[in-house]
Amino acid sequence: MRQTTSHNLLKNHLWLIAPAALMVGIFFLYPLCFSLYSAITLDSGEFTLTHLNKAFELYSKDILFTIIIVLISVAILAVLSITIAALITLSPFRSLSKILGFLYRLPLFIPFIVTAQMMRSFLAKNGLMNNAFVASGLLTPMDTVSFLGWSGIIITFVWKQLAFSTLLISGAMAALDDSQIRAARNLGASRLRILFQIILPQITPTLGVAMVLSIVTMMSVLSVPLMIGTGSPTMMTADMAFRINSYGDYHVANALGLVSYCICAGLAWFYLRQNLKEKGAN
Amino acid sequence: MIYPLNGNLLKTLNIRSLRINLWLQCVFILLLALAIFGPIMNLLIWTVTESWYFPHALPSQWGFKYWQQVFNPYSDVSGSLFTSLLIAVLTVLVCLIVSVPAGYALSKRSMPLRVFWMLLFLIPQAFPNLTVYMNIARLFYDFGLNGTLLGVILVHSVHGLMFSIWISVAAFSSTDPMLERASRNLGAGPFYTFFHIVLPQAAPGLIASCIFVFLESLDEFTGTFFVGSPNISTLPLLLYTASMEGNYQIASITALILLVPSILFMIIINKFMRPDMLSKLGK
Repeated sequence: MRQTTSHNLLKNHLWLIAPAALMVGIFFLYPLCFSLYSAITLDSGEFTLTHLNKAFELYSKDILFTIIIVLISVAILAVLSITIAALITLSPFRSLSKILGFLYRLPLFIPFIVTAQMMRSFLAKNGLMNNAFVASGLLTPMDTVSFLGWSGIIITFVWKQLAFSTLLISGAMAALDDSQIRAARNLGASRLRILFQIILPQITPTLGVAMVLSIVTMMSVLSVPLMIGTGSPTMMTADMAFRINSYGDYHVANALGLVSYCICAGLAWFYLRQNLKEKGAN
Repeated sequence: MIYPLNGNLLKTLNIRSLRINLWLQCVFILLLALAIFGPIMNLLIWTVTESWYFPHALPSQWGFKYWQQVFNPYSDVSGSLFTSLLIAVLTVLVCLIVSVPAGYALSKRSMPLRVFWMLLFLIPQAFPNLTVYMNIARLFYDFGLNGTLLGVILVHSVHGLMFSIWISVAAFSSTDPMLERASRNLGAGPFYTFFHIVLPQAAPGLIASCIFVFLESLDEFTGTFFVGSPNISTLPLLLYTASMEGNYQIASITALILLVPSILFMIIINKFMRPDMLSKLGK
């Protein structure tokens, strides 16, 4: 009797999940697999590497450009969000850390497209940033440069993702055992030393998750490279959109997609291996 | 006699380093504030600009001309605003219908393969989704779903599903299982128990998940760009077109409209969105 009811319940539970699972399956997993399939086959279904070759031939510069931009953004992001989170956790001035805690969270819900539009006007040659420099006498109007381009893309990514990664990292820092920090303080450790030797080693998993999620986001945002990146080289997302909208060439676009998966997977693997190594060392 | 002197010296040293620290932190916060508010200010200035040319530091002509243009009932913006809101509301509905049962089922620890299912719903956030969107567009083209409301809603729902399921799992996990059992023991049916005992307890979390899905749908650009265009014009698409045409005033006002719900939500959720609470999500 008991057996059958629990069996029924399990069955019911599967039914409860089925619609959601089907939706993800049909509208995400199937297109995902299809993109992989399309990247390495001809129209007739035979295996081929021509699309990948063509993608590398045409866009190898852009692929490199994308990797460099993502890596620089992630590096800046890691340094800035650790700094902010550490200031919030360790600063002796409570009111300052409260202000900081409010400030960094502001861009959290600002959409990417709005950020892109803000930066498009802010970083331009006659944008507010250059105008402020000119007004303060640091630059003359003729010296100003437009930041629209690779540096603009990096600035936009960091500006937008900073709130998210800092939120995760300061969450991890807040969840740490307070007594360790207090003990280190009492034994005379400086705040910097506490950060590097006590806090950072314990939050590396969270840091890794925040960075991997940020990388995936940067690799899939289309609006920023379209609106901020001008001319060539550009990011792979812009190339894919161009390939589809101008040529209807799904094979090469999917080949580029495959490359972008590989980049993400490579960076995620690097993080995992680093993580495992540390666990093995302990 | 040496000790008090030494103590004093240490104290002055300490105070001096504290003071330097204070200044450094103030400067850092000031720079961060400038970096965060600068772009927002520029956007706000553009919304009330009528003309602004290169050598001028500030607009040469201010005014609300473009606001009238935007809020004209026949403008593109009001049409897009309506489409965006309609899509967002319907997306929330689809996500709610699908994720309430799934969240309830996954909140039970006895669920077989629970981790697998949770990870499955994480996948749409764990891959660069641009490639997926363009293939969905191709798939939808065959079914005549391209450029239709339904197609865009489906794409947005899959994107929002991760938030709605993970948050509703957390919401259902926090309900009291004893109340559920008591209700069943007193003779209530499973559906009655669910709707009258379990659902009201999980309601705050479900509302939070709805807000998340609503915002995600409102701000979604890439999916709509591939699946919806050119027939469906949401606010982000309109913003993009206006900005690419160099019509910064319209683009900025549209951006401001998109900002309003984001900031409202930010204020509402600021209470719940503590970093230490976030670290408990998914456990």
